[in-house]
Amino acid sequence: MNKTFPHFTINGSDFALRGLAFFYIGLLIILPIIALSFKALEGGLSTLWTNIITPQALYSLKITFITAFVMIILNIITGTATAWVLVRYNFPLKNLMNALIDLPFAIPTVVTGIMLVALYGPNSFVGGFLGKYGIEIIFDKPGIILALLYVSFPFVVRAVQPVLLEMEPDMEEAAKTLGASQFTIFFRIVVPTLLPAILTGAALSFSRAIGEFGSIVIVSGNIPFKTQVASVYVYGELESYNQQGALGLSIVLLLCSFVILVLLNLLQIWSRKHEQ
Amino acid sequence: MNNNADAVKLARRENHKGINSSSFLFDQLLSVSFDQTFLSKRKVWRKSLVGKYLLMTAVIGWFLVLIVLPVYGIVKKAFQNGLTLFITSLTTPAAIHSFVMTFWITIAAVIINTAFGIILAVVLVKHKFRGKLLFEGLVDLPFAVSPVVAGFMFIILFGPNGWLGSWFEAHHIKIVYAFPGMLIATLFVTLPFVAREVMPVLLEFGLEQEEAAYILGASKWQTFWKVTLPSIKWGLVYGITLTIARSIGEFGAVLVVSGSIINKTQTATLHIHQEFTDYNYAGAFSAAIILAFASFIILTTMQCIYGRKGIH
Repeated sequence: MNKTFPHFTINGSDFALRGLAFFYIGLLIILPIIALSFKALEGGLSTLWTNIITPQALYSLKITFITAFVMIILNIITGTATAWVLVRYNFPLKNLMNALIDLPFAIPTVVTGIMLVALYGPNSFVGGFLGKYGIEIIFDKPGIILALLYVSFPFVVRAVQPVLLEMEPDMEEAAKTLGASQFTIFFRIVVPTLLPAILTGAALSFSRAIGEFGSIVIVSGNIPFKTQVASVYVYGELESYNQQGALGLSIVLLLCSFVILVLLNLLQIWSRKHEQ
Repeated sequence: MNNNADAVKLARRENHKGINSSSFLFDQLLSVSFDQTFLSKRKVWRKSLVGKYLLMTAVIGWFLVLIVLPVYGIVKKAFQNGLTLFITSLTTPAAIHSFVMTFWITIAAVIINTAFGIILAVVLVKHKFRGKLLFEGLVDLPFAVSPVVAGFMFIILFGPNGWLGSWFEAHHIKIVYAFPGMLIATLFVTLPFVAREVMPVLLEFGLEQEEAAYILGASKWQTFWKVTLPSIKWGLVYGITLTIARSIGEFGAVLVVSGSIINKTQTATLHIHQEFTDYNYAGAFSAAIILAFASFIILTTMQCIYGRKGIH
């Protein structure tokens, strides 16, 4: 009998298992990416480049990054504050609120878009009221930011919450007894401790924002040079059977995803070091 | 009391991320005593109390306006014109067909990705090989890739002129603009969930018991069914719940791959989009309500499972 610990030796069934795992990832992730890259480079780098720098494509990229940036700033502030309130304070229905934080993850993005139109659209009660004062939310940039805020709300909250929960208050206490103001305590002690978590949440939000499609395609109206974001531009090109045009921004978006993934891994390493 | 329950829950979540959190209860106790010393100085007390209530009001207000109010908005709109219109727009052939389509795609995606998710988790946790970190990153990739780009990749690969598509074309099997393509797109976007939820549980509980079973003479298959599976049960169920939620909700990737043909390749989310672009708002709102309701059920299930995930 040659029975050793299962993870010490590689035998036939382990090999089969690993083969299956490699096959699945190869078929579903690696091969499609290679196919896309090949297709993009088929006509040479210069063709790809001209597809990226068309005015409409560049404008859609600009809108994507600007709305994502505004969303991240708001999300960092509100997400950290929400985590703070949920961890440090007690109030009625706190558990319900804590559960509902994940709602944006459970709701389909198209439904999110439809909900925002129902609430802020031209014929609805909030949208109609704001429309009287000339403020347009749906089919304009504020609608895009609102949609991004909705779909990425849980990221910062859920990243900061556990760190805040584990944070030892003795440092804050010590600073307090030494006469530090609340302002100083917050920016010199609380923020540095939470920083890796906040940045992780922000990176996740950003990755979601540049790829987001379902909610934006509903709320933005997809007007070129006004509210068309990058993912919607790619979809528009595919709709008009212009695969070449879609390739440029697809590659840009894919590269952004890679960069964010690497960044997130670095952040994780940093926050582990930070803990020790 | 509430606070502690939350603490336990969050600490578990943290455990899954592999961060050490052995002293969370102690921290919790500390923070209570901290609050008391904090409150004992009257002047500070009054100042911090004002800040506290301001912050609380702002956060809860933001949360209500951003997250909860839109749900109210859509409920109001959907039932604005009476229940009859709500029901008739849900019972059109196109609507029914789209919900059935979503149902089958979800079932198929859950079965396939549960099987492969477990395999991926086992390989990533127990096997050692070169490039494992890269492999792990590839498993996470669907989280980061835009769904439209994902759909586009599959059109290129499985389209009539694609590397794999031409083979299927020669054998008269339709992948793109048909059910298989839509399933593949859904498989891509839901791939990480089961693997990512099972991995930490497997890491924490499986190994020693498995070794014991193995030494006592159980076969690998027996070990898996009687030892491994029960210990990863709740992580698995949580991963499956997330897979269901994403399968029902997936839009961009499926839209690109399916071509969105009414009564043929439309899922529920594509149906909502179609109704919306056709200015048939009643249809869009009604179908959206059904999906929103499904999300609430999924969310409730998630919360129930969350408490159990760490307990075996």
